Amino acid sequence: MAQAAEITQASGGSGHVGEHHEGGHHAPGSGIENRKLALWLFLASDVMFFGSFIAVYMIYRGRAEEVGVGPFPYELIDIPFTSVSAFILLMSSMTMVLSLGALQKDDIRGSRIWLAATAVLGLSFLGCQYFEFTEFYHAGLTMQVNIFGSSFFTLTGFHGVHVAIGVLWLLSLLYTSLRGGLTSKNAMSLEIAGLYWHFVDIVWIVIFTLVYLIPYDEVTSGAGEHASRLAEFGQTAIQSLF
Amino acid sequence: MASIAQPGTAAPQAVVLPQAKKRSGVWDWLTTIDHKKIGIMYGVASIFFLIVGGLEALLIRTQLVHANNDLISEKTYNELFTMHGTTMIFLGVMPLTVALWNYIMPLQIGARDVAFPRLNAFSFWLFLFAGIILNVSWFFNEAPNQGWYAYAPLTENAWNPTRAVDFWIVGLTVAGISSMLGAFNFIVTILNLRAPGMSLMRMPIFTWTTLITAILLIMAFPAITVGILLLMFDRWIGTGFFVTAAGGDPLLWQHLFWIFGHPEVYIMILPAFGVLSEVIPTFSRKPLFGYSIMVYATAAIAFLGFGVWAHHMFTTGLGPTANSIFAATTMTIAIPTGVKIFNWLGTMTFGQVKFTTPMLFAVGTVAMFTIGGLSGVMHSIVPLDTHQNDSYFIIAHFHYVLFGGSLFGLISGIYYWYPKITGRMFNERMGRANFWLMFIGFNFTFFPMHFLGLEGMPRRYFSYGEGSGWEFWNTFVTFGSYVLGAAFMMLLFNLGMGLRNGRRVGSNPWDAPTLEWATTSPPAVYNFAEIPVVGHRDPLWAEKYGVSGDHGDDTADVDVTIAGMKVGELEGGDDTDKEPQRIEHKRAEDEGAGIQLPNPSFWPLVAAIGIFMLNLGMVIDPTEAFYLGPVQITISAFAGFIIMLIGIFGWAYEPSGVDH
Repeated sequence: MAQAAEITQASGGSGHVGEHHEGGHHAPGSGIENRKLALWLFLASDVMFFGSFIAVYMIYRGRAEEVGVGPFPYELIDIPFTSVSAFILLMSSMTMVLSLGALQKDDIRGSRIWLAATAVLGLSFLGCQYFEFTEFYHAGLTMQVNIFGSSFFTLTGFHGVHVAIGVLWLLSLLYTSLRGGLTSKNAMSLEIAGLYWHFVDIVWIVIFTLVYLIPYDEVTSGAGEHASRLAEFGQTAIQSLF
Repeated sequence: MASIAQPGTAAPQAVVLPQAKKRSGVWDWLTTIDHKKIGIMYGVASIFFLIVGGLEALLIRTQLVHANNDLISEKTYNELFTMHGTTMIFLGVMPLTVALWNYIMPLQIGARDVAFPRLNAFSFWLFLFAGIILNVSWFFNEAPNQGWYAYAPLTENAWNPTRAVDFWIVGLTVAGISSMLGAFNFIVTILNLRAPGMSLMRMPIFTWTTLITAILLIMAFPAITVGILLLMFDRWIGTGFFVTAAGGDPLLWQHLFWIFGHPEVYIMILPAFGVLSEVIPTFSRKPLFGYSIMVYATAAIAFLGFGVWAHHMFTTGLGPTANSIFAATTMTIAIPTGVKIFNWLGTMTFGQVKFTTPMLFAVGTVAMFTIGGLSGVMHSIVPLDTHQNDSYFIIAHFHYVLFGGSLFGLISGIYYWYPKITGRMFNERMGRANFWLMFIGFNFTFFPMHFLGLEGMPRRYFSYGEGSGWEFWNTFVTFGSYVLGAAFMMLLFNLGMGLRNGRRVGSNPWDAPTLEWATTSPPAVYNFAEIPVVGHRDPLWAEKYGVSGDHGDDTADVDVTIAGMKVGELEGGDDTDKEPQRIEHKRAEDEGAGIQLPNPSFWPLVAAIGIFMLNLGMVIDPTEAFYLGPVQITISAFAGFIIMLIGIFGWAYEPSGVDH
C-alpha cells in the first residue's frame, strides 16, 4: 500500500512534461496518476453501460413467458454450473491482487506466475461461458427466438467481451513482463489493469444475482395465451401495413 | 536536463530540440498531437459541418416557403431534417465546443498539453470519420431519414428497410466513442495538470464548465450507445428489442435515448455558459459576480439534467405520477439556470460595459437563452406540453436554446479567442454588423415559429395546404433564414479576412484576466516558456492592478477593489508590446529549448482509420469474409478491425518519451 502511494505521488500531477518549479509550489493535481484517474473515469462510464444493459434485461425479464415463445430461462439456467464459473472469476481477482503485491515487492517471478494464473482463470471463465452459450443454443435459445434470448446473450455477451479484453490486456502485460519491462517502478501499469479486472468481476456478481439467482416465475397458461394473442395482434398489424 | 534559458539570451537555433521545431505540411497535421493544432482542426471541421447543416436547413425552409410546394420530395425532406439535426448536434455544435476546449482550456490552466495527447488526436480523427460516415450516405441516396431522435419502431427493418438507419447507427457509434474519449482526457487534464497555485476554486469558469460537461458526456453517452447497439442487433441480427410482436417495447428506445438526450442539451449549452462567464467579466471590467455560486449552479444543472428525461415523453402515456415528478424536476432546473443569468447581469451591473463583438454575442446569448429557457419552463407544464408537443413551438424553443444559446455563445467565444488563436484582430466594425445581422435573422427565423406552433403547425411535415393560416409566417420565416445564412457567411468572411489583413495583436488585446492571455498570440508549441504560478482567481488582473488578495478555496466574494478601477482604452489600448510578434516568437522558441514535448504519432490516425473501415465496411460493403454468429462480417470491416488492432498495439508500444 505504502509503495503504491509513493508511486502515485511521484508520477502523478504534472509529470507529463519536463517542468522545473522552484520555491516548493506543488502542482494542485488530484494525487492520482493520470492513467489511473482515466481508468476510474472509464469505470464510471462503464457502470452506465452495464446499468443500461442490466436495466434492459430487467425490464424484459418475464416478457418471453408473457409472449409464450420458449425456451424460457427456468428451463435452461444451471445455477450450480454458473456458480463454479463465477467462483473461477472471483478467484482470478485474488490472483490479480497477489500478482500486484508480488510486483510491488519486486518479486518479478511471483508477479508473472500470478499474472499468468489470472489470465488462465479468465480464459477458463470464458470457456465456461462458451460452453453455456453452446448448451443454450442447442436447447433452442438464440438471439432471435425470443426476448429472453436477445437480452440474455446481449448482457452476458457484453460482459464476456469485457473479460476477453481483460485477458488480452493481462497477456500483453505478461509479454511485457517476460521481456523485463514490468518492475516495481511501473507497477502502476499492472495496478490499472487490476482495477479493470476487479470491476469486471464485481459486475459479474450483479449479473449473476439478477440473471441467475433470482428465480423466474414458471409460465402459467393464462398469461401465455394473453401474450400470444398480443403477439398475433402485432403480426397482423405489421402484415396489414404491407 | 537543460534548464530553461533566460529570456534574451539568444541561444542559437540549433539548440532547439526537434520536438519544439515548428513544422508545417500535411504530414505534420496528420500526426500532430499538439492540443492547439487539434483544436484548430476540430474548429475547421465543425465549421464545415455547420455549413452543411445550415444548407440542409435552408433547403428545408425553401421547401416550406409557400403552401403545397413540391421542390423537395417527402423522402428527401425526411432525410434533410434528420441530417440537419444530427449534423448540427454531433458534428457542428459539440465539436465546436471541443475545439474551444482543446485550444483554450489547457492554456487557461497553465498546462503544456492535455493529459493524453495521442488520445486527443484519436478523438479528433474519430469525430471526422463519424462525420464522413454520416454524410457519405447522401452519395448512396440512403441518407438517414428517421429523425435525429430515431424513434423505434420507425427505425426497424420493417419500416426502414434501406441502409439509411445503418449509416446513422455506425456514424453515431463512432461519434460517441470520440466524445467519450475526449471527455476522459479533459477531466484528467483539468484535475491533474493545473499550474501551481491554481486550486479548483481558482479555475476559470470556462474550465469549470469543461470539467462538468465532460463528466456529463461520460455518464450520458453510454445510454444512447446501448440503445444504438440494441437497435443494431434488431436490424442486423433480427432480435426484437424494440419490436412489439417479439415482446419488445418501442418506448424503451425513447427512455434510453432521452436519458442521453437531455443531458446532451446541457452538454451543448454549458460550454457556451462558460464562454459567457469569461467574456462578460472581461468586457464589464469586473470580476465575475458570484463565482462560487456559478460553479455550484453549473454542477446543479448537470446533476438535475439526469432526472428530467421523461419530459420529452409526456405524451407517451407514462401516467400522472411519472409526469408530475418529471415536471417538478424540470421546473427545478430553472432555478440554477436563473441564478446564472442573474450572475451575468450582476457582473455587468456597475461595470464599465464595452460592447465589442464578443460582448454583443454574449449579451445576445443571455437574452436569447432566456426566451428559450422560458418556453422550456412552459413545456414542463404537462397540459401545455400536450398541446405544444411535436409542433413548431418546440422547434422555436430548442432553436432559441441551441442556436440563440449554444451557437451564439460559441460564436462569442470564437470572436473572443480569435486574436489569441491567430495573433490577429478581426474587423471589429464588421463583427458588430455581423452580430446585428445574425440577431435579426435569428429572431425573424425562429420567433414566428412560436405562432406557427400555437396555431397547430406540426413539425417534420414536408408540406402544408393552402388555407391553413400558416402561409404568411412560413414565408416570413424562410426569408429570415436567408438573412441568417447571410450572417453566417459574414462571420466566415470576417474570420477569413482577419487572417490576412487583421491587425497584429499582443498577448492580451482585451486586457482579460485569465492565464491564456499571459502567453504569446498565437502561443508557442509549448504554451508557456515557464509554467506560471497562480495566486489569484483573475491572475492577470491581480498582477497588473496589484490586487494582492488571495481568492483561494474560500467562498468569499471576489474583490471589489478592482471593480471601479480605471483601466484605460480597451480596443488595442493595452497593446503596449510594440515589438513585432515574429521576433518575440522566435525568442520564445529559444526559451523553450529545454522543454520536452511528446513526439508526434501516426498511430492514433491508423487506429481511427481501422475503426472507420470497420464501421463503414459493415454498412456499404457487400462482400463476405465470414459469419460471426448470424452477422455477416465484410472483408473491409475485417480489414478495418485488423488495422485498428495494429494501430492500438503500435500506439501502446510506441516509445513516446514523456507521454505514457
